[in-house]
Amino acid sequence: MDSALVSDQAAYLPATVRVTAKILVVGHFAVGKTTYVSSLSEIRPLRTEETMTEAGALTDDLRGTEDKTTTTVAMDFGRLTLSESLVLYLFGTPGQQRFTRLWRDMTVGALGALVLADTRRLEQSFPVMAVLEEHGLPYAVAVNHFEGAPRFAEPEVREALDLLPETPLVTCDARDRISSTHALIALVQYLQARQTPPAPFPGGGRVGGGLGYPLRSSACPN
Amino acid sequence: MVRPYVVTDGRAYPTRNTFDLVTLVMAHPDRPLTGLSPEKRRVMELCLGGALSVAEVAGYLELPVSVTKVLLSDLVDSGHISARAPIPPAELPEVQLLQEVLDGLRARL
Repeated sequence: MDSALVSDQAAYLPATVRVTAKILVVGHFAVGKTTYVSSLSEIRPLRTEETMTEAGALTDDLRGTEDKTTTTVAMDFGRLTLSESLVLYLFGTPGQQRFTRLWRDMTVGALGALVLADTRRLEQSFPVMAVLEEHGLPYAVAVNHFEGAPRFAEPEVREALDLLPETPLVTCDARDRISSTHALIALVQYLQARQTPPAPFPGGGRVGGGLGYPLRSSACPN
Repeated sequence: MVRPYVVTDGRAYPTRNTFDLVTLVMAHPDRPLTGLSPEKRRVMELCLGGALSVAEVAGYLELPVSVTKVLLSDLVDSGHISARAPIPPAELPEVQLLQEVLDGLRARL
């Protein structure tokens, strides 16, 4: 084991921090997740790995890895202090191996996810988006622009990714802090918009006790 | 390299299930370190410096999160570590949290 004092390299949080939040940064292999987390993180991004055990044996999800008895699932993460009391953690992960405890740890309580995509292989984003949908985790898509990668108009990318009309789609440069921050802002604005429930029926307001349907006791003819 | 579950006496699950990746943990400086395993001493040494999330403890110590949780959980049981759980949604509505996140991100532009 490393005998250097690990506390020397740690960046501690101020005692005023009371609230922590987490957002996932997901995408296929080599799409720029680690770069993205590094651009935004105030600390040297950290990495942890977990060896998959019993869960792997019960799923048929590990295409191409059937011969392995163990699989390593890794995440890179970074930290952004947003105010004296609030810290946001970004967890970057491939998003496969969704039955692992690490994946559960990442998704439970997460505000949402940013899906990084590459226009040269948009189809590789499908499995990632499917996993998020399965978990009911809201997401926005950020196309990470690579040098020499084709640029498509937004409607084309939207169609290729089969996005819902409300799902935000932005372009970013994962190497750039400002650009990456804008992508995160687009996600959070979307999450915020989802918090405001739409009217249950066109033209109708919210009525009653928040049950999701209008209570029409006296106005109802029967 | 030590096999991960050796440091937890073979246990895969923590004694308490209160740790999230972003739960903040802090060490109590007045607790004796005698009798602690080398790995728990490392956790204490790290956490005595100030508050960190469970994920950061795992990252700095280069341990899997599952193992880190077992160690932290034992240290909470023995009074060495305190955990400050994320504020439950009932106390801080998600609407308010999202607004604070948004404000914080905009301030970084």
